[in-house]
Amino acid sequence: MKSHLLPEFYVERIESRCNKCGVCVKQCPWGVYSWDEEGKEILIDYTKCVGCQRCVIYCPNKALIVKPYEGSYRPNAYWTREVISDIKKQAEQGGVILIGTGSDKPYKVYFDHILLNASQVTNPSIDPLREPMELRTFIGRKPDRLEIDPDDFEIKTEITPNLVIETPIMFAGMSYGAISYNAFLSLAMASKEFGTKFCTGEGGLPKDMREEYGEVAIVQCASGRFGVDPEYLNCACAIEIKIGQGAKPGIGGHLPGEKVSKKISETRMIPEGTDALSPAPHHDIYSIEDLAMLIYALKEATDYEKPVFVKIAAVHNVAAIASGIVRAGADAIVIDGFRGGTGATPKVMRDHVGIPIEMAIAVVDQRLREEGIRHKCSIIASGGIRCSADVVKAIALGADAVYIGTAALIAMGCTMCQKCYTGKCSWGICTQDENLAKRLNPKVASKRLVNLLRAWSLEIKEMMGAMGINAIESLRGNREHLRGIGLEDWELRILGIKGAGEGYEYRGD
Amino acid sequence: MLKDPYLDGVRSVEELLGYVDFEDGTAIIDAKDLKHKELNDLMKECVLRGASRLILKNVCGQRYIGSRLFFNPPKRVEIEIYGTPGNDLGAFLAGHRIIVYGNAQDGVGNTMDDGEIVVHGRAGDVVAMCMRGGKIFIRDYVGYRCAIHMKGYKDKVPTLVIGQTAQDFLGEYMAGGRVIVLGIGIERHRCYYIGTGMHGGVMYIGGKVEKHQLGREVGVVEMDEEDWKFLEDVVKEYCKNFEMEGKEDEILGKKFSKLIPVSKRPYGRVYSY
Repeated sequence: MKSHLLPEFYVERIESRCNKCGVCVKQCPWGVYSWDEEGKEILIDYTKCVGCQRCVIYCPNKALIVKPYEGSYRPNAYWTREVISDIKKQAEQGGVILIGTGSDKPYKVYFDHILLNASQVTNPSIDPLREPMELRTFIGRKPDRLEIDPDDFEIKTEITPNLVIETPIMFAGMSYGAISYNAFLSLAMASKEFGTKFCTGEGGLPKDMREEYGEVAIVQCASGRFGVDPEYLNCACAIEIKIGQGAKPGIGGHLPGEKVSKKISETRMIPEGTDALSPAPHHDIYSIEDLAMLIYALKEATDYEKPVFVKIAAVHNVAAIASGIVRAGADAIVIDGFRGGTGATPKVMRDHVGIPIEMAIAVVDQRLREEGIRHKCSIIASGGIRCSADVVKAIALGADAVYIGTAALIAMGCTMCQKCYTGKCSWGICTQDENLAKRLNPKVASKRLVNLLRAWSLEIKEMMGAMGINAIESLRGNREHLRGIGLEDWELRILGIKGAGEGYEYRGD
Repeated sequence: MLKDPYLDGVRSVEELLGYVDFEDGTAIIDAKDLKHKELNDLMKECVLRGASRLILKNVCGQRYIGSRLFFNPPKRVEIEIYGTPGNDLGAFLAGHRIIVYGNAQDGVGNTMDDGEIVVHGRAGDVVAMCMRGGKIFIRDYVGYRCAIHMKGYKDKVPTLVIGQTAQDFLGEYMAGGRVIVLGIGIERHRCYYIGTGMHGGVMYIGGKVEKHQLGREVGVVEMDEEDWKFLEDVVKEYCKNFEMEGKEDEILGKKFSKLIPVSKRPYGRVYSY
């Protein structure tokens, strides 16, 4: 069938700069560039271009420009080019449209409608460069009360295990399988160097990484239970039960057979070339009671030494679900907003299911406080955290820490071309092709990740200092430091914040 | 204050040692009125004190029996259970042998890694879910959703043997391993959706199973010599476990269907790119 799809990108070559070195031919895994029969000219088939910009960055002569294809249909605000293209694609192939990364739709971004406070006169700001500023965060259950021995001031209360992270930012679950070994290793290396943790996603933790990186690995136990063995659970610093994911709430995952290489098949324990199917539900969890059973099964299997997280997608009834999760015994709850990323999801799920992370954190924090169980469980916000200001806003709305996934991938090289599901990532991140994966040097990539964490941490300290806050704990759920702009009453109510210009309430008698 | 049904009121191991009789590497634990965690704490303590055989008496619904026993370097323990163990018996099991003299509840061998579980009776739902290795023998029948997403890799081939029959969704999403339903005393199996989404492994079912009881992703193939040889070994082991020696030929003397997945990629064609 002839394809009626328009090209997505156009490749322009500045002929005067090009010396036909052929780097572009080597770098492009999509087949845009090729030598002609005589090996003299480089041909360009821009219809295959996905806009990953690999060739542009690596062209030694800066001779290439890759830009969106300008030609389009008659402008139409309703039947947009994307809508038309999707229909044509499905008419030609008859399937569910797959896509990578988080939703790119122009829903309102609440982070961008929230402003932070700063101290002026009455509460002096703090200079983080000269004064101590505490970002260290403890993830896990806190006791109902602390008993202290009055003689030696030792804490008598038994404290359940907590994770200690040096900045309230961890790396979100991205499985070995979805991402390459090198990308996976880079996340582990950066976590260890900076003093934070990374989540393995549901693809297991390769045996050769367990000894060195187990202590920084939050190992996931998802519906497919891939790579879950007693050693995997016991070598980790925490365990995460994955119920749902922001990019695809309520559905399972299919790692396509093409990506199931030898090493992946070994880690996941499935034959090479087989689809790795994660069922939509855990088949042993049909209720909060059942969830409690798995939480405690994991605690039993690890001698009650590790905190157990439960990760859910932010959906309409998230607050009540979160309350159930805390009551089921989780030490931390991870909430993944509808902007959350993915290696592959049906586009229709990614773009139409779930709620924004900002609202989800606010309502969950509020609900748990009202029920007096907020201290039982840490809240980790995930799904579309783009910068340090998003981190600060998420924490002020009620989170203990955040997970970053997409931002970490971008730090390593990702350009958000959204073709993760093809396994042809030209940046060596989302691929199992050995030649492509080699492009990512774990030493360099982990350095980029550490730099990002350092930069964000410094910025967070600056923002906290400006607010007159010297410990991240004092920011958590501190919504008095947030003001909404361009939001309606119901939005302010859900977020639990005042509008810009509204001062502190008078609380006199 | 929020009550924790698993942890509230759990006594320390020292307080519980009175429940144990220790003799020559065998620990006899009276599980009467022990909580889930208390029993598992005690079991671990006994193994650390040198027990290689644990006999649990008066077991009544305690969960996760055997899950805690992960040791590095590995130790193998034999566990005998009298009574009814609770859910998730042998979940994540790391190579031990568990024998149950009685029925078992849901989740037997959940994500079990290695070892053996022998149940002299029936078991509940989700038996052998995501099992990765070892063997499970259930003398009688099992409930719904058993052997879901069993896996296998190279020499790790989990095996689930069921004496009589199973309920719906047997072997759903199965990715590896072997399920054997012997159909003892069963004229016709009544379960549906057998092997829905199956993409690896193999099932042998003794007795009558109609095509409409199978998932769409399952194919029925003829048994060859190797299959019969394998079944003979399994039945022999089954009979030995349950003291039914001599009944092998009777058990094998019926029609067996061999079920395998039609494709390694059952859902490869539902996507557009």
